[in-house]
Amino acid sequence: MNDFSYVQAASAKEATTLHKDTPAAAYYAGGTTLLDLMKSNLAAPPQLIDINPLPLATIEQTSEGLRIGALARMSDVGEHPLVVQGYPAVSQSLLLAASPQLRNMASIGGNLLQRTRCGYFRDAAFPCNKRVPGSGCPAIAGDNHNLAILGVSESCIANAYPGDLAVALAALDAVLTLENQKGKQRRVPITEFYLLPGKTPQKETVLEPGELIVAVTIPAAAHARQSTYLKVRERASYAYALASAAVGLDVQGGTIRAARVALGGVGAQPWRSREAEKVLVGQPASEATFRAAAAAALRGARPQSENAYKVELAQNTLVRALQQVAA
Amino acid sequence: MDTETQFSDTIPQPGVVGQPLSRVDGWAKVTGQAKYSAEYNRLPGLSYALIVGSDVAKGRVTSIDAGAAQRQPGVLAIFTHQNLPKLAKSPNNPDDRRALASSGMSFFPLESDQVYYAGQPVAVVVADTLEHAQAAAALLRVSIAPEVPVSSYEAKNAELYVPKTIRGYAPGVTKRGEAQAAFASAPVQLTATYVHATTHHNPMEPGATTAHWEAPDRLTVYDTTQGVSETQKTLAAMLGLAQDQVRVITKYLGGGFGCKAWVWPHVVLAPLLAKAVGRPVKLVLTRPQQFTGMGLREEQTQTLKLGATREGKLLALVHEKTSTTSPWEDWAETNGRIINMLYACPTFEGTYRLAHANVMTPTSTRAPGDMPGSFAIECSMDDLAAQLNLDPIQLRLLNYAEVDPTTGHAWSSKSLKECYARGAELFGWNRRNPKAGQTREGHLLVGYGMATASYPVHGSQGTARVRLYADGHAVVQAGATDLGTGTYTINTQVAADALGLPMQNIRFELGDTNLPTTQWSGGSTAAGRVSSSVYLACQEVWQKLLKVAVIDKKSPLYGAKPEDVAVEKGRLQLKANPAKGEGYADIMQRASLSDVEGSALGKYGAGYEAPKATANANMNKKEDAAPHSMHAFGAHFCEVHVDPELGTVRVTRWVSVMSAGRILNPKTARSQVIGGSIFGIGAALMEQTVRDPHLARYTNATLADYHVCTNADIPNMTVDFIDEHDPYVNAMGVKGIGEISIVGVTAAVANAVYHATGKRVRSLPMTPARVLATLHEPA
Repeated sequence: MNDFSYVQAASAKEATTLHKDTPAAAYYAGGTTLLDLMKSNLAAPPQLIDINPLPLATIEQTSEGLRIGALARMSDVGEHPLVVQGYPAVSQSLLLAASPQLRNMASIGGNLLQRTRCGYFRDAAFPCNKRVPGSGCPAIAGDNHNLAILGVSESCIANAYPGDLAVALAALDAVLTLENQKGKQRRVPITEFYLLPGKTPQKETVLEPGELIVAVTIPAAAHARQSTYLKVRERASYAYALASAAVGLDVQGGTIRAARVALGGVGAQPWRSREAEKVLVGQPASEATFRAAAAAALRGARPQSENAYKVELAQNTLVRALQQVAA
Repeated sequence: MDTETQFSDTIPQPGVVGQPLSRVDGWAKVTGQAKYSAEYNRLPGLSYALIVGSDVAKGRVTSIDAGAAQRQPGVLAIFTHQNLPKLAKSPNNPDDRRALASSGMSFFPLESDQVYYAGQPVAVVVADTLEHAQAAAALLRVSIAPEVPVSSYEAKNAELYVPKTIRGYAPGVTKRGEAQAAFASAPVQLTATYVHATTHHNPMEPGATTAHWEAPDRLTVYDTTQGVSETQKTLAAMLGLAQDQVRVITKYLGGGFGCKAWVWPHVVLAPLLAKAVGRPVKLVLTRPQQFTGMGLREEQTQTLKLGATREGKLLALVHEKTSTTSPWEDWAETNGRIINMLYACPTFEGTYRLAHANVMTPTSTRAPGDMPGSFAIECSMDDLAAQLNLDPIQLRLLNYAEVDPTTGHAWSSKSLKECYARGAELFGWNRRNPKAGQTREGHLLVGYGMATASYPVHGSQGTARVRLYADGHAVVQAGATDLGTGTYTINTQVAADALGLPMQNIRFELGDTNLPTTQWSGGSTAAGRVSSSVYLACQEVWQKLLKVAVIDKKSPLYGAKPEDVAVEKGRLQLKANPAKGEGYADIMQRASLSDVEGSALGKYGAGYEAPKATANANMNKKEDAAPHSMHAFGAHFCEVHVDPELGTVRVTRWVSVMSAGRILNPKTARSQVIGGSIFGIGAALMEQTVRDPHLARYTNATLADYHVCTNADIPNMTVDFIDEHDPYVNAMGVKGIGEISIVGVTAAVANAVYHATGKRVRSLPMTPARVLATLHEPA
């Protein structure tokens, strides 16, 4: 780990201005990802800008839906009654993630910017196109048992976002509010926030240099109230998903009126599947429908030597999640 | 004391031995007062060393650019193969047991430019703070010309061979009878292949060594070792010192599981560096370095052929194991041992195959050999039971080994039948559906499984010393190590009972080569050996007091024959007339003795009931025990829920019943058994270190990505013990419980998965990927 300086910002304006002065600086919120990366010499910011004093931790109902400040902690959001009642998939995605200690520290904004657990990225001794563009991707012919099968490229097969929350947010049409160095805010749907690896796996989001995530807004909807997040992993707690599904259904008289589907653990980024949703809408809420939707969701899968099981696992996970919300 | 009369068992009934007491060191641990080896931070001028490991698994160091690193603040020195001070002696081969030292491997890094495994130390930075060392290490540039490594025995460029011996003593090929022929003519034949992933010990406390040269000829080392005297001996040899010039201290250990039983390079580097910079040096392995610094349990494939009669009587066992070893050693776990001895089978043949690969030397991991070996034999026995429509316990009873099939010797004690019966009762085994794949609970398939456990009582010896003060307090000492398992506690209990004193009057000291020498805590030997030496040393105290009393005219025991005197609750009294006697304080006061010391050797072999032992008190000769085979036995019972769509396996109920001689403390023993079982459940379901097949470097060397069980993975566990009175194993009749607790665990889980699904997963760990793949296999 390198030596670095530490400054506190009291407002978004102050934070982005500090960042303009030191473009290689990093924002520091919960620190649960950043400090890991620094200790592993994978990130070496000369300055940490502590944004924890910023007034961005509120959770409130607005006309556009539930607005969650970017500095709210995972545990606070996961246990919040408005989230539990109106957006169960979001609550579950948070409470099934990490460990209690990490959830108490980690912020919502930081969660959305966590980095891949791909072992080749996490160990600077390996080549990795995401870390050192052009150095190669040994994962493709190596240990890829928990890497992505959807949206991958010749350059990178990492699940760049390995977590859970963004999967639920992708399913429920969440919108991020970003604030740039000029103090201007813009709104980006989370489904457009993440970038696929293509030939530039080092570029993971549409965030501009110094731009801050300040809030996440999730619209209220019947399918959001009737939603769930199902996570399959190699141990019962404190593990990243091999496959996960965030689904929301609005079923009336046995027929699906609205459907939202996103997959985790299998996509190069949180994987919203509008293909699956198309199959579901207007159809009876039956296992046959769910199976057809699952097949559609995985149609473009490109498995490697060790992760072909994920095609079936993701389908079964999605079917199970749909069964749970339809029940 | 060979010629002295020995008292019979003076442990008062009821005493504190056998009571489920809490750890005597628990308070120090939870309040932070217990000082672990990396916590000696007040040494004058303490400096910090950080190892820089090789990125690649094979190659040659071509250049080192230390300029930027050297210029970092606080850097004291940077060492590479070009400037590291030379060792007086290279490490011995761990196979060479005659050397009695304990190097983990015969290779020492930084002696040449050659790189043989990823993570091999290629440089060490020493600085005034850890942060300065880390900053400098990040700037050090070591260029290595890479070569194509061999990643494992499975690699295309691996060359398999049958070694003459493994671990220096077990033959590469073992034959008992004509197993191949017996198999070929057996009416029932089963052949199955079992795969184990690489796993690592991952104790909570990483390897850490702090070296302090108190004088040019006086070195003190605070080390994370399971054996202070083995480390002392090894360091003395490698550094060119006399043994008395090296003091090794390990007061507390945060787990070891075998990886801390050997002296690895960092242990030797710390004193070398400390001497070179003229300051004490602390060297702690990082968690990733823990994966390339202290050995591993090697990845392996076993093929077991089992021949039986149609009634289920075993006729033949033919075992082959193929595994990875380092470029230097013929190292493999001795899987064949348990397969050869567990059941009454007339023939056995075992073959080890190895391939040298670019990994460090594998090492002992909790029940080395017996743990993976039991997976093969206990799954195959389950297969046989299923094929013959026999209950798995019934099949095991049908093949019950009344004597040790490998020697024909009687067992010193064996209560395995009782373990089966008690375990079945506690578990509710009679509710088991005889057909596999038939029990559903919602989405889940429910299965029951069981397996046998066994672990040998290994030979070992060591001394303890007791000093009893006239005020009724005693100091008891042995240079043993407490891995965190209860060594402090059980020996305090034994000394309290043997001296007839309350536990709070006993101070038990361990973990220091200044104390009497005893062997490592390894191979489940420490509980039996150390407690026996403590017990015998206490006996010697009484012997001395008795000699004083019988010639003291003022003593009620004046003129008594020693053999007519017994010790009861700290009092010497006539066996025939207990009223006639007195306490030690009176004897000592009259003789002006401020204290009395006793010392004794505790050893594998005859216990206090062996005829020769009671005759002449030399109860520790191995020949007194012959001809007996000494093993602990037990059984594990497991219920699993398998989700056939998602491939997840959860252990929902667990019962272990163990018979391991005298259980000194059922509470710490239970902790050992649940610890071993959880360790085994981890190996069954999730633990694996993945080595990149081309680059031979681990891809998940962190505790986020190397999965050990969390609390959520483990149900409430039931543990029970079958009391055994073993008169042969050692003076206290203790067999040890640390390793048997993991033996059979993976098989119990796999057998439960088979019972749940009707399909057998033979590759560990049973991850969702492997479970789903197995469920798709044709029946």
